[in-house]
Amino acid sequence: MQLKEALQPLDIESLRKDFPILQRMVNGHLITYLDSAATSQKPKQVILALEDYYKRYNANIHRGVYKLSEEATQAYEDAHTKVASLIDASFDEIIFTRNATEGFNLVAYAWGLEHVKEGDNIIVSWMEHHSNLVPWQFVARQNGAVLKHIRITEDGLLDMDHFLSILDERTKIVSITQFSNVLGTINDVKTIGKLSHEKGAVFIVDAAQSVPHFAISVKEIDCDFMAFSGHKMLGPTGIGVLYGKKDILNTMRPFLYGGDMISEVNLDKSSWNEIPWKFEAGTPNIAGGIGLGVAADYLLGVGLDRIFEHTRNITKYALQKLSEIPGVVIYGPKEINLRGGVISFNVKGIHAHDLASILDRFGIAIRAGHHCAMPLMKRLGIQACARASFYLYNTLEDVDKLIEGINEARRIFGYVS
Amino acid sequence: MSAEEMVYRENILAHYREPQNFGEFEIADICNKGLNPLCGDAVEIFVRLNGDKVVEDVRFKGSGCAISQASASMLTETLKGKSLEEVKNISKEDILGMLGIPIGPVRLKCALLSLRVLEGGIVKFEENGVANES
Repeated sequence: MQLKEALQPLDIESLRKDFPILQRMVNGHLITYLDSAATSQKPKQVILALEDYYKRYNANIHRGVYKLSEEATQAYEDAHTKVASLIDASFDEIIFTRNATEGFNLVAYAWGLEHVKEGDNIIVSWMEHHSNLVPWQFVARQNGAVLKHIRITEDGLLDMDHFLSILDERTKIVSITQFSNVLGTINDVKTIGKLSHEKGAVFIVDAAQSVPHFAISVKEIDCDFMAFSGHKMLGPTGIGVLYGKKDILNTMRPFLYGGDMISEVNLDKSSWNEIPWKFEAGTPNIAGGIGLGVAADYLLGVGLDRIFEHTRNITKYALQKLSEIPGVVIYGPKEINLRGGVISFNVKGIHAHDLASILDRFGIAIRAGHHCAMPLMKRLGIQACARASFYLYNTLEDVDKLIEGINEARRIFGYVS
Repeated sequence: MSAEEMVYRENILAHYREPQNFGEFEIADICNKGLNPLCGDAVEIFVRLNGDKVVEDVRFKGSGCAISQASASMLTETLKGKSLEEVKNISKEDILGMLGIPIGPVRLKCALLSLRVLEGGIVKFEENGVANES
């Protein structure tokens, strides 16, 4: 392992100035935004990039041979390069989608339906987001395959013994989250990928929560596909990414058919454009793509290692403070080194939605509900839970406000501490 | 009481802690169950009618957030002695009026779950014909 230089902590005060929304007043309080795992806030650099595109060089791409179209094409293609450098991939392996969900669907339709046969199996885990579960239910049902789920331990970790017991030569796809949006668990995807490849399975990583939070190399993980969303990593909504290994993308059939994904069209048949455009049919979300490129640059500029360190410090502090409140149950790994900046919890006697409503009165935004992970809720034996998630613009004071808000909720519900 | 605390008025919390008409009937004329997948709220309502289709008694059971459970409790309190036609006229506004706090668009599903369950039960009852004479 390389020796890391000592990390300079984030200059949080000047960084927060990049996020105009953090000045917003909600119910008479300055907003405390603790729901970045649902969607992150956007720096002004990203917001300005969208405005700049629409104001100065709005034109369709890959078509016009005039100045505006050339500029738009260049900016949109550059955005692929920027995202590629964020995850250590090459430009043509980056497909822009609408979101992570569309990425999984692309693989499900264009690879899964073609290669998964009757009697084969697909492996996901109990901690998957619906986006990395429902598409595989579809493929399994459609092709007569079996969908298997890696169990989780009491500590909220993947049960690797169980994984080894269900992984076999008939496993065609293994698709696992790198960072659970509920438990906060960081999974060892490199090892899971290695084991999957030994059995000949294709390995897919759900990186929706991980790409915004830590430095990632698809080469090091050696995954075949990786899907994530732009809006959780400071980018606009409506733009996401599917990474795919070049060799596999080249042999796959397209997902959506139409304009821009073709090289030659006859009346009765067509041939396909080169990757990644083969998988980006129709006029894409040009502004969103350009904005995503700026978001990738922003993250690289701040430094993913520093962002990770920062959110881990906040998480550590929040875990400590939360555990001091009577009646608070925290889900997920106890060990801080196994988790990222997401904490799911419940307060005894207060439903998560009631808690979220009360916190909202103080301008504190947290998530409450099933977090698009209903099977996991069942596994935890709960209907819903509250979730606070942290990102580069959060501070220890945000945690203090959360704790105060929870204590206030307990007082309102008659649990005086 | 500060403005912040108004988010949950004491009457909501009282109904949440001690729900009225909580329980179930083995035999009921109107019986229906519903879920709010957003919160994981569940409400089941049981209504007994007399020969004139007037509510004789009512029970509900359920679990979930304070808004969903308190509104169910409050709703059952208003039902006794009402004719079926009067029950059918209970509106969304009536429920929100009983809760007496501002309910945002997301929490509306919690607040109105019991009314939706009751309405669904009445539709089933009317499709099946007359009330069971008890």
